[in-house]
Amino acid sequence: MRARHIEALCLRQIYLYRRSLTRLLETFYWPTMDLLLWGFVTLYLQRSTFGRMPAFVSYFIGALILWDVLFRAEQGISVSFLEDMWSRNLINVFVAPVTVTEYLASLMLISAVKVIAAFTVTSSLGWLLYSFSIFKLGVYLLPLVLNLVAMGWAIGIFTTALILRYGLEAEILAWALAFLFLPFSAVFYPVRILPHALRAAAMFIPASHAFEGMRAVISRGVFPPAEFEYATGLNILYISSSVWFFMRVYKKALISGIIPKIGE
Amino acid sequence: MGIVEIEGLGKSFEPGSYALRNISFSLSRGQILGILGPNGAGKTTLIHMILALILPTEGTIRIFGKVLSPSTRTDILRRMNFASNYVFLPQTLTLWENLMVYAIMYEVPDPSKKCAEALRMFGLYDKRNKRAKTLSSGQMMRLCLSKAMINDPEVLLLDEPTAGLDPEIARETRRILVELSREKGLSVIYTSHNLGEMQEVSGRVLFLDEGKALLEGPPAELIGRYDVKNLEELFFKVLESGR
Repeated sequence: MRARHIEALCLRQIYLYRRSLTRLLETFYWPTMDLLLWGFVTLYLQRSTFGRMPAFVSYFIGALILWDVLFRAEQGISVSFLEDMWSRNLINVFVAPVTVTEYLASLMLISAVKVIAAFTVTSSLGWLLYSFSIFKLGVYLLPLVLNLVAMGWAIGIFTTALILRYGLEAEILAWALAFLFLPFSAVFYPVRILPHALRAAAMFIPASHAFEGMRAVISRGVFPPAEFEYATGLNILYISSSVWFFMRVYKKALISGIIPKIGE
Repeated sequence: MGIVEIEGLGKSFEPGSYALRNISFSLSRGQILGILGPNGAGKTTLIHMILALILPTEGTIRIFGKVLSPSTRTDILRRMNFASNYVFLPQTLTLWENLMVYAIMYEVPDPSKKCAEALRMFGLYDKRNKRAKTLSSGQMMRLCLSKAMINDPEVLLLDEPTAGLDPEIARETRRILVELSREKGLSVIYTSHNLGEMQEVSGRVLFLDEGKALLEGPPAELIGRYDVKNLEELFFKVLESGR
């Protein structure tokens, strides 16, 4: 793996965002809107129940901020790939001396930068608007965020492989696929609320363990080790599987000759 | 030994039909090979296969003495480059930024100097801080050509590089290619529908039709052998006799 190749691929994205106000705004606009809307709804609910649900604000705002981490991590991969397709630049990248591993590594690095940028904004807003500090999760914040980023990457790489296979017809997946997991990831409510069958499905979603962990940290001050181990184990499995799937699709694309078709 | 050696190359996308079949040729250092053929002849597929974008069904591609394979791909591509009339560069970026990205990607020793040199070569230096989206299609092609020269390639693959260029710029582009091939030993494989241009620039031409190589050799020799006035006449004569 050559650092200069990854640097070049990241530089292309940095230039793009530096030159595009709309892309830059898009990164912050939706999480800010979500935070405003759901934050005020939560405040309203809390006040209507005369403080009988004191942890509500913490649960909801924390969940919004952390769900955005997952979503940005996924978008950082799939939308960055789409940018090369939209600009008809993909072939230039694929005929450069860049390996697929370097390309995926650059997407992950860009994704991490986008996550940090968006997280800074949402966590600051959470504190400014609702006096909620995500950092009260303390040392547990890091494993939580890392697991959500990892799940976002797994979805992002899988989505990118599907876009590579099916072309721009599949671009909607870059926005839609992460949301498929939202209802079953225990983001805003605990897993026990789900019907029995869906509860079993939630067990296989790393985010559900991360968000259960978040609620445990807020209410009891501890991140249950089992939730952390489940989330980490599943993420290792899913990232490995999505990278394997991407490589397989890439090899098939070389045989079917699809890269020039989707790249032009 | 040629810098590019193609031996029995074939590509089948569907069972029973071939996009390319049994293509063999050799390209020496400093030689320009023009690939001719009607639409669907397999010209672009051949270029994409040499660029490792499409895997061959049969045959071998040997470049710089190495068989093109997943393990040799990056070493080979580092010494090559490509431009096409159908592949762009990101339009939101400035010309300079676009070239910087590729200069770093190809690990060019002095990226800034090389970017300036490549932009000057195709008359775009004054526009270096403009965004690529402000360029006309001809200027975009020149930017793509600048990108293709960023790593001082030893082998350059061009897919219809002069399509969309005005006659003066097209002539200047041809002049640059010929000069680079003579002075720096640049080997070029390129496709074009402009047969006059092919005749002027190419040391050798390869005629493709329906995935098969119908004819290959220096333009003057082929024109003499077939007793025609120019490549255009030869093109039609070969197609008629080949079908």
